[in-house]
Amino acid sequence: MEPNQESLRTNLLEDPVLQKYVAELVEQKVAERFDRMQLSIDQALPQVQSVASPAPSDRVTLFVFSGDMDRLVSAFMIATGAAAMDFKVTMYFAFWSLVALKKTTRFAQKSLPQKMLSAMLPSGPNHVGISKMNMLGMGPIMLKMMMGKQNVETLPDFIALAQEMEVRLVACQMSMGVMGIQVEELIEGLEYGGVSTYLDDATDSKLTLYI
Amino acid sequence: MVDVQLDCQGLICPMPIVRISQAMRKIASNQTLEVTANDPAFGADIKAWVKKMGHTLLELEEGDIHRAIIQKS
Repeated sequence: MEPNQESLRTNLLEDPVLQKYVAELVEQKVAERFDRMQLSIDQALPQVQSVASPAPSDRVTLFVFSGDMDRLVSAFMIATGAAAMDFKVTMYFAFWSLVALKKTTRFAQKSLPQKMLSAMLPSGPNHVGISKMNMLGMGPIMLKMMMGKQNVETLPDFIALAQEMEVRLVACQMSMGVMGIQVEELIEGLEYGGVSTYLDDATDSKLTLYI
Repeated sequence: MVDVQLDCQGLICPMPIVRISQAMRKIASNQTLEVTANDPAFGADIKAWVKKMGHTLLELEEGDIHRAIIQKS
């Protein structure tokens, strides 16, 4: 019996029809498995991506609202310091802080209240007041002297340094519209944006501050 | 022997860090930078800076004039 069984097995294994059947079966099974794997990868991929995207990148976003010299200098200190630490830094300037970015004052094509506001607001970063003890402009003069003695950079120096360090300076167009500040009145190299520009950057930042 | 020297005396926060980051960009990996500074915050700042940047602080002498040697990663 034994030799017969052996020869039968050999015959079967060499049968081309059977060989073809086995090959096709293997291929089919592998394809099925592979399809299932592909399907689970396809399902898992969006989940992985959704987890990956909210992880904050190396960014710092500052929302600068104040037009006071002490606050503006603090904001620029953090911005240039963060840039020196290789963070991508963006500063958004809204309302009173916009005066820090002014290079000139124009009155043409402005409404009466806007003209009055332009006349009353500081004409640029060298003329901003301070948040405490302003004393009709005496405070900033004294503070500037004290900062100069300590070798602290002036606000215009900080603005130039920030631009040199590729800090993005974004002016809020809504504030500009309300206050009647024109693009021609502001320094070069600015970007212009709105609330979603800020939020897009801020939600992707490791740090965001309102100053 | 250090590769590059940088004098930050007279500069105050954040300027030493700004100048160091600019100087470090110009040197190659494993090269060293020696910094002198008299900013009172220098010691704390340089430690935080190398930690964030991944460089190595080989030496730090704190005093009236601080001296630090940083190796670029």
